[in-house]
Amino acid sequence: MTTVVNVHEATDSPFALSHLDSLESEAVHIFREVAGEFERPVILFSGGKDSIVMLHLALKAFAPAPVPFTLLHVDTGHNFPEVLDYRDRAVARHGLRLHVASVQDYIDAGKLRERPDGTRNPLQTVPLTEAIQQHRFDAVFGGGRRDEEKARAKERVFSLRDEFSQWDPRRQRPELWQLYNGRHAPGEHVRVFPLSNWTELDVWQYIAREGIELPEIYFAHEREVFARNGMWLTAGEWGGPKDTETVEKRLIRYRTVGDMSCTGAVDSDATTLDAVIAEIAASRLTERGATRADDKMSEAAMEDRKREGYF
Amino acid sequence: MSTSTEQFAEFADVSATTLLRFATAGSVDDGKSTLVGRLLHDSKSVLTDQLEAVEAASLKRGQEAPDLALLTDGLRAEREQGITIDVAYRYFATARRRFILADTPGHVQYTRNMVTGASTAELAVVLVDARNGVVEQTRRHAAVAALLRVPHVVLAVNKMDLVEYAEPVFAAIAEEFTTYASELGVPEITAIPISALAGDNVVEPSANMDWYGGPTVLEHLETVPVSHDLTACHARFPVQYVIRPQTAEHPDYRGYAGQIAAGAFRVGEEITVLPSGRTSTITGIDALGESVDIAWAPQSVTIRLADDIDISRGDLLAPVGDAPTTSQDVEATVCHVADQPLAVGQRVLLKHTTRTVKAIVKEIPSRLTLDDLSQHPNPGQLVANDIGRVVVRTAEPLALDAYADSRRTGSFLLIDPADGTTLAAGMAGESFATTKAVAVVEDEEGWDF
Repeated sequence: MTTVVNVHEATDSPFALSHLDSLESEAVHIFREVAGEFERPVILFSGGKDSIVMLHLALKAFAPAPVPFTLLHVDTGHNFPEVLDYRDRAVARHGLRLHVASVQDYIDAGKLRERPDGTRNPLQTVPLTEAIQQHRFDAVFGGGRRDEEKARAKERVFSLRDEFSQWDPRRQRPELWQLYNGRHAPGEHVRVFPLSNWTELDVWQYIAREGIELPEIYFAHEREVFARNGMWLTAGEWGGPKDTETVEKRLIRYRTVGDMSCTGAVDSDATTLDAVIAEIAASRLTERGATRADDKMSEAAMEDRKREGYF
Repeated sequence: MSTSTEQFAEFADVSATTLLRFATAGSVDDGKSTLVGRLLHDSKSVLTDQLEAVEAASLKRGQEAPDLALLTDGLRAEREQGITIDVAYRYFATARRRFILADTPGHVQYTRNMVTGASTAELAVVLVDARNGVVEQTRRHAAVAALLRVPHVVLAVNKMDLVEYAEPVFAAIAEEFTTYASELGVPEITAIPISALAGDNVVEPSANMDWYGGPTVLEHLETVPVSHDLTACHARFPVQYVIRPQTAEHPDYRGYAGQIAAGAFRVGEEITVLPSGRTSTITGIDALGESVDIAWAPQSVTIRLADDIDISRGDLLAPVGDAPTTSQDVEATVCHVADQPLAVGQRVLLKHTTRTVKAIVKEIPSRLTLDDLSQHPNPGQLVANDIGRVVVRTAEPLALDAYADSRRTGSFLLIDPADGTTLAAGMAGESFATTKAVAVVEDEEGWDF
């Protein structure tokens, strides 16, 4: 018995939506769900491409009215100046309110200690958690995507966190249909991930389609870098290069933007969006695998940090 | 340009590809991880660093070959115990389509995960081992797909290499499964003989089974229709949020924002607002930045109306003459998804589309055993992974469709008001889990077969 199916063209129906339209529609639905059900939502905004896409989607979701959320940036003190500049311009252009939680302030006050390796990403958890408590945010939008890392593949769109911001993978609520359950006790909050189902390529294609402006460091440029742990890192006051490391001028671009100490650049001559998209489509490395030292720490590094309250 | 760049250049412009959400059901023993691993691997979605991580982890555990299951088992407990605890979402793309795969564990105690994965799936792949054929677990998977009304089911008969690629083995399994799943109401079943390990009919057509003339698994995934004529569906628009800028630029703008749950809406159409029953006419549809004359599911839009009537989050817009009835009595099939039980008399919250109301569980008429679809009357309570019928009374009227007519407006959650736990996933109206008198077939004397 052989089952024969008629082969249809994938886009044969006038009601077919492109994958970008489907993802956009889903993300907008998530933003509006939060606006309808929460008192004090906030968007984590770093000036990186994922948070830029989040903001763009939020603007579309509520137009012609303003976005009904504030922004929060956890600043490691080691951010790229181009990115901070972009952040401030975006905030001004859309008349938004930005809260900044500073890792440097915590270090200066003796509440956090610098790690021997100089990496500050893991230090973001405490300032983030305390900012959430202090401002009583009940929904916190993050740009996390499930394709980024194995522990994230199990993350919910609405992810409940206790008053310590902890994530317990065993206590996650099943998430069915498009029905998101955002109920939480006072002091608890929900992390919300509107880009859950997007891939790196989707994000770039969407940026291209919508004509969204990005910080220049996403495109190929000449920069003084040095090699560490198989990555090109930007020389700077954050702790590099060491005596054993040599600085050289290379044509590079960043696939992700985070703390300078653990965000690596890739060799690239992609100066346009189309060139970047072609490069990513051909890449044999994942975004984080190519550029993030912090995810390589251990097989369960991300799971452990998420449990502690990391985004 | 390297060969890989040429190979992938076509991805650079895929603005016209569609998106298919599908789910896989089957246990590790059926070779599910291998099938998923192969789909990801052969569609170039497993990248070098992911493979390296898997190889390193496999070596550390003393395994010789890279264990593809490690690609999907993301949590420490899963890796330590070699099981899958939770739904894992995987992403891959071909030149023709983008895929979202809900990879669900197949063990009996994880019914809730399978239900979760199937709830958003347009297609489900059910895996069987060609040597074992249709077993209890296969029937459970078919039942879940039928209950959740997944439009397309693929039966992947795996390990054909271990039965000498014999067509009669495949044909018998395909027939048994198709008969069973059709009786449950699965609308479309495609059976494919595969060997995930050897790669037969997963991505590449099999040279070992020239008797099979159908598509490979990937070909079928790429070509199965994901959209159909929505003008024939009951149009439904749950209001999520009211947009009122009240700015100098837009002093009088009032739009109702939401995602179209079913069907299509047009400018000029007359609509009813539920539960109030007020009517108005659509004067504009804003589709995220552009004004359109028509919009359809699942687009997120903002609808403007001719009349300034009282509409808020939780209301439902439907065409005049095709609106659902409202009721405070809900009868449904539920899958219980929480560790704490659901009992008769329990006070809960019911979330339906954008509306959450207080409710009380009046009755639990029956519990269903998925293996043989037998009914157990009045169990008193449901526990984790149970599927049963419930009767719920709500504090306010709901505009609920039958789940059979509309997955999005016929589904709901039951939530514990004390701690917010999602207790149960509900599907309104009739299903094969509805209690009915089972006809007893008597042996007819005098017949001699």
